Amino acid sequence: MNINATLIGQSITFFLFVWFCMKFVWPPIMQALSERKQQIADGLAAGERGKHELELAGKRATSELQQARQKAGDIVAQAEKRASQLIDEAKSAAKIEADRVMSAAQASVEQEVVRAREALRSQVAALAVAGAEKILRREIDSKAHAALLADIQNEL
Amino acid sequence: MASEVLTSAEYIRHHLQNLTYGRLPDGSMGIAHSAEQAKAMGFWAVNLDTLGVSILLGVLVLFLFRLVAKSATSAVPSGGQNFVEWIVEFVDNSVRGSFSGRNALVAPLALTIFAWIFLMNLMDLIPVDWVPHLAKALGVPFFRVVPTTDPNATFGMALSVFALVVYFSVKVKGVGGFVGELTLQPFGKYGLPANLFLEGVNLIAKPVSLALRLFGNMYAGEMIFILIALMFGSGMGLAAFGGVLQWAWAVFHILIITLQAFIFMTLTIVYMDMAHQEHH
Repeated sequence: MNINATLIGQSITFFLFVWFCMKFVWPPIMQALSERKQQIADGLAAGERGKHELELAGKRATSELQQARQKAGDIVAQAEKRASQLIDEAKSAAKIEADRVMSAAQASVEQEVVRAREALRSQVAALAVAGAEKILRREIDSKAHAALLADIQNEL
Repeated sequence: MASEVLTSAEYIRHHLQNLTYGRLPDGSMGIAHSAEQAKAMGFWAVNLDTLGVSILLGVLVLFLFRLVAKSATSAVPSGGQNFVEWIVEFVDNSVRGSFSGRNALVAPLALTIFAWIFLMNLMDLIPVDWVPHLAKALGVPFFRVVPTTDPNATFGMALSVFALVVYFSVKVKGVGGFVGELTLQPFGKYGLPANLFLEGVNLIAKPVSLALRLFGNMYAGEMIFILIALMFGSGMGLAAFGGVLQWAWAVFHILIITLQAFIFMTLTIVYMDMAHQEHH
């Protein structure tokens, strides 16, 4: 309980400890701490940057998708237009062809009719001549009435 | 555990006597075997137990810190490094919070004070009879294991802090500034004697209160442990009660030893901050 030289010894010890702590303990630990702080800050910044980039990429993807969709729409519209154009062309070509076929058919029918009429006419004439011949065989000489028969043939 | 040959007063006195080395009355150097002999040695004697335990503890804690500091990396810290970093950051935060100047000494100073005083206080939790009995078995008459219950230790540290405060006051403000702070306020130059008295008391109170606060708390705590230990020698019932009391006081003391170490550290930081401030 007496104050004695322990006081001085304790003071010297104290200063030695403080000096040792200041020289060999504090700086390395603080350096490690500040380095780790820096690393953590860097890591966080990198994370933030990554997030930002992800956001940008998402935006880019969306706009690209929109563009693609637009393009696809354009292509479809064009295709539809082209298809309807093709159909129209086909339709008009078909119509022309049909007209052609029909007029050809009509022409041939008319021709046929004319031919049939000719045939009929000649057959009727022949029939008439045959009938007349049968009737007139007994009465009329065919040579005498040839002009008359030709007349009838022409009228038919 | 007062034996038949020891009275309570002797028991207490024995527990409060330091192991003092100095010049004995017959002129030879040696260890005092009684309080009177220790007193007769005067100033030029040393308390071997105080110095020994405090140096041992200081070397131990600084050695552990140094081990960690040498292998400290910024990678994921190991358990030991984590623990030391926790303490270092705690001290660093205290310094940042209270100290506004720029001085590389203050933070290591605070760390040393906190760790060292905490360990010295921690010795108070060793049951009061163990170490003196062990010492007796080894032929050593006295041994106080808690250095901070010796005013020499607390005043040694407080006066060292005081010396640093005065040194940095003079370094930052110059001799004129320091003397001016002591003499020219708060009443201006015509109230010089009053100023000197007030500021002088203010200045001296710093180390005295620093040392006495720690010493008083630890001394009282140890005294209560000793008084509780006295109950162990007076019957089964009291001994059992004493056991409970000792446990309860030890638990409470954990708070006190940490708090006292923290207060000593914080006040040191504050005093150093005041030393670095140019104006009041």
